Amino acid sequence: MLKLRLSHLVFMLCTLSFVISFSNCSAQPISSAELIQNAKVYDGRTIVYTGEVIGDIMARGDFAWVNINDGKNAIGVWMNKGLAANIIYTGSYRFKGDSVEIIGVFHRACPDHGGDLDIHAQGVRKINSGRQTIERFNLNKRNMALVLLGILCLVLVLRQLR
Amino acid sequence: MILKPISQDFKNIGYYLGKIILGLGCVMFMPIIFGVALGEINPALDFLIGAEITLIFGFILTKLCFTDNDLSWMQGMIVVSLSWLVATILGAIPLYLSGHWSSYLDTCFDAMSGFATTGLALVQNLDHLSMTHNLWRHLIMFMGGQGIVIVALSFFIKGASGAFKMYVGEARDERILPNVVHTSRFIWLVSITYLVLGTLALGITGVCEGMKPLNAFFHGACIFMAAFDTGGFAPQSQNILYYHSLTFEVITIIIMLLGAINFKLHYHIWMGNRKEIVKNIETRALFAAILITFLVVALGLNQTGTYAKAIGLFRKGFYQLVSGHTGTGFMTIYAPQFINEWNHLALVGVIIAMALGGAVCSTTGAIKMLRVGVIFKALLEDIKRIILPDKAIVVKKIHHIKEIFLEDKQARAALLITMAYLCLYGLGAMIGMWFGYPFLDSLFESTSAAANVGLSCGITAVSMPAALKFTYILQMWAGRLEFMSVFTLIGFIVSVFRGK
Repeated sequence: MLKLRLSHLVFMLCTLSFVISFSNCSAQPISSAELIQNAKVYDGRTIVYTGEVIGDIMARGDFAWVNINDGKNAIGVWMNKGLAANIIYTGSYRFKGDSVEIIGVFHRACPDHGGDLDIHAQGVRKINSGRQTIERFNLNKRNMALVLLGILCLVLVLRQLR
Repeated sequence: MILKPISQDFKNIGYYLGKIILGLGCVMFMPIIFGVALGEINPALDFLIGAEITLIFGFILTKLCFTDNDLSWMQGMIVVSLSWLVATILGAIPLYLSGHWSSYLDTCFDAMSGFATTGLALVQNLDHLSMTHNLWRHLIMFMGGQGIVIVALSFFIKGASGAFKMYVGEARDERILPNVVHTSRFIWLVSITYLVLGTLALGITGVCEGMKPLNAFFHGACIFMAAFDTGGFAPQSQNILYYHSLTFEVITIIIMLLGAINFKLHYHIWMGNRKEIVKNIETRALFAAILITFLVVALGLNQTGTYAKAIGLFRKGFYQLVSGHTGTGFMTIYAPQFINEWNHLALVGVIIAMALGGAVCSTTGAIKMLRVGVIFKALLEDIKRIILPDKAIVVKKIHHIKEIFLEDKQARAALLITMAYLCLYGLGAMIGMWFGYPFLDSLFESTSAAANVGLSCGITAVSMPAALKFTYILQMWAGRLEFMSVFTLIGFIVSVFRGK
């Protein structure tokens, strides 16, 4: 019974700290273009950044690199592996990645990561879930390919004629 | 008096151009097979359409212009310069059909950037581009690095006596083996051996750094092609920063340096003559130039205080420097950071490195280290002549594979090409300034385009003026072919209209 209560308490504290960290940072999300262009201004500050998770989630020990693209640029976010666990879809040709909101400390030249411009995440919130994108067979392209194949065959036949 | 070209000139040019186009069309079947294997059907269709148009064009040209005649020097040079333009226009078709480029000019910009192994890119939403299209972006770098004509020479123009003329026209005046077709095949042997080794090294690193195996090896192959051919494209929009990995950076530095070495030197290393690396004027000059320019960059970055730790300064400074010097263009910083976070001194260091380039008969662009070495030695010789008594005989030698007596005509030729490059850098910078960009930004981007580097300080963007895009396309083309075949084409066009 005591064990159950303790686990409830831990869960509530975690949820509370997460909510507080986001509510404390009432600022609007900052775009990647703004962060890169004015990196010196935001260096070392806690910021909110939103975007689509793209590529691979690259686990490094207890942490992971997650690259997040807001439509202009992608920025690397260094986060606890546990925070990355909620991310299901990552963006690629076949997938629209999960949209997430990151709260974290921005570094224009991170001393821990060889001078990378990055964000060290303190909290991650999923805004929208990603999905698999369905590739519809493009009939126009197919028809065009068939017409061109016909022309190619005709050219090859005509080449044989003197 | 300028002589008007005769119909046989057009026939010869058309026939060999057609052969090269057929070669390009055949290469397009690689992404088709790859796309079908991955189930990327629409991208595979883009390449089928592209291959069909290319083959139709090639078959018509080879039929209409059929000839048994050999190429003259002029015709060989024109075939080369035209084949790079035509390959750009035809190679851009499948990319444009993907819908990731906002105009056909932008697609041609990226295609020329790929073929000329520059690496400046206008692609949109790269992170969602299909693997099939991404393969093609890197494959055109692999072809362009070795030389489009080399592809055709190796597989389609067997034993043609005009082959050497086209080989020279593609800015490769050194034969590794007595036969130019054997030379082309040796270049491919070196490149494909390193491709296997490089892909394995990068793929395994990718898996160890947390990437999915398929992605890791695909990225490994793409990054290898872009690094060895000193291209600079990458499968993700963040370029090399995407990987956040020191190991990845170290491996790519090694591959970039291998790509910047003369293929003739590769041959001697393969034959066991390893001492040549230390003795060769090009490797010595490259080593010295990297050290000096890095010193400039490091001093500049130290002044800015952007990088708090020495390791950060070294990783960012040295990587961008080597990437620029070898003409690759891989970046581990964002383009605007060059202007916002680096000072003028550091930028000048990178610009000088980009302008100098790697070795002749390698995959790099720019002035190249042999010419720099020759000019430096000639300068020393002249200073000695002034200092020493009049009767003293000054004999200067350089070591490039063998001992070579340095003659005035070699120094003059090196100086002429150097001057042509400096003019090209300056001309592009002036056009950039005419469009309202600051001097240093314009010079940086112009040098990057003309030296086939690919580092960007932010000017290269979809929103830049079309005339500037066109300028950079011409710079990439002229810079890659080292002027002679471009000048010959211009002369040929003039003779068509003004010849008698």
